Amino acid sequence: MSSREIFALRDYLGPELKGRTISDARQVWSLTNILEQTCLAGRLGALSGRSVLLAAADQLISAIAMTEIDGVARCMLLCPPDLNADHVNDLIEDAEIDAVVTDQPARWADAGVDLVVADRTPARSAAKSTTEHATDWLMLTSGTSGVPKIVRHTLEGLTGAIAADGPARGAAPVWATFYDIRRYGGLQIFLRAVIGGGSMVLTEPGEPIADHVARLKAREVTHISGTPSHWRKLLMSGSASDFSPRYVRLSGEIADQAVLDGLSRAFPAASIGHAYASTEAGVGFAVNDGLEGFPATMVGVNRDGVEMKVEDGSLRIRSTRTAHAYVGRNATALTDGDGFVDTGDMIELRGDRYYFVGRRGGVINIGGLKVHPEEIETVINRHAEVRMSRARSRRSPITGSIVVADVILADGCDVSRSDDVRNKILADCRASLASHKVPAMIKFVSSLDITAAGKLARHDA
Amino acid sequence: MSVALRIVSVMQQIAKDQQITLPPLNDDVRLHETGFDSLAFAILVARLEDDLGIDPFTISEDAEFPLTVGDFIKAYENVFA
Repeated sequence: MSSREIFALRDYLGPELKGRTISDARQVWSLTNILEQTCLAGRLGALSGRSVLLAAADQLISAIAMTEIDGVARCMLLCPPDLNADHVNDLIEDAEIDAVVTDQPARWADAGVDLVVADRTPARSAAKSTTEHATDWLMLTSGTSGVPKIVRHTLEGLTGAIAADGPARGAAPVWATFYDIRRYGGLQIFLRAVIGGGSMVLTEPGEPIADHVARLKAREVTHISGTPSHWRKLLMSGSASDFSPRYVRLSGEIADQAVLDGLSRAFPAASIGHAYASTEAGVGFAVNDGLEGFPATMVGVNRDGVEMKVEDGSLRIRSTRTAHAYVGRNATALTDGDGFVDTGDMIELRGDRYYFVGRRGGVINIGGLKVHPEEIETVINRHAEVRMSRARSRRSPITGSIVVADVILADGCDVSRSDDVRNKILADCRASLASHKVPAMIKFVSSLDITAAGKLARHDA
Repeated sequence: MSVALRIVSVMQQIAKDQQITLPPLNDDVRLHETGFDSLAFAILVARLEDDLGIDPFTISEDAEFPLTVGDFIKAYENVFA
């Protein structure tokens, strides 16, 4: 990398590192000579200084386009594949988008902005592209209702945690993630692959999990990340045997002891870490001691440029890795007066560790009392017979609401034992939780919905 | 199992879970004498909705809340009648 101040993804993609690839289920691109290739049909120059919406259905195209556009456009808004079409016009206005890069030109024909059509077939780029600007990276929050908020990051902030961690030891890593790389959690992994000199294996929409895992094995994936819900789904699928990554990472939801223990049994040779990150707050920290929660000593000090405090029960983070601002006509302040982002994640000190108890906005109301569903799920999930659970409120004409838990039994747990398991779980809940948090009903189900962002779907939050 | 028997059996199950001592049940026992609190009734209505597929207290806007065990059972039987 040269010593100039502005750096871009292309600076990490020199020809000196051989054998690097990025792939999905259909195609493998070489990352080693990627600078000589383009997926933009020679139209990168048309994006110079523009505000670009990267709206490709295809994740592989998006990855290649990011490496081309970074350092050329003024800003680049990453559009996740499940973006609600009703929100597109608002986003275009809020981010002052004047060009769209897409593999679906028909869909954008009426958007009133310049189109650059991207394609999976690599073409030889006519001229060597150079870095002109520090491109702003715009990302969408993964909120479940309303128009998503746009947050502005810089590549420097996005890669702050990667720089702090230093290069992976041993052979160049092959990264994979269950996330889409247009979301914060997935983008972190893509950037780790690019910056750390490694390779990357992408998800393929609709691919059966067994086929996905077969691909992870065939591509010799060494480092892999996903949400606890992604991991529980993988453990449930029975496909994990003889897949042996070196590093398993969880983020995006509360990693409880049950899922951490489940992963260390499934991947005895791997180091297993859970990371705290959000689109707004950036990467806060990673916990690698195999235990849920995080040491209380991490709060109140500056570690690798990240400071944390607890106020009104929620975790607040100030660092160079947080987003810089919300973007748009109705943008509010992203930080408080001291520069801290309120994560909205509620934490509780027990002994010498902090534990995540749930989202501030995710409480369910039970007879006037506020309950974090995650707190109940943690108690249920610690039973060996349980793979996954969801606590929710069920409206009742008499009391308002009661707590109901939907539970997926672990493999090898016979349905005929469900009465015993129910009684065992309920006894534990009665012993561990306040009485209004004890599920009034436990239903055994065969699956639970996961959102496009990889999180357990909560309809009543 | 008849609707009435089904309801009594679910009540007994909930009483056990919630550590409520039920008096001998018959149609004339008033609901407040059963020892069930509002949470126990909420659970009862929710479980019966899963078992029987109906919740007579939300089907009809003007449903009166029953006073006796007999009225409670009748609210379910009327839906099936």
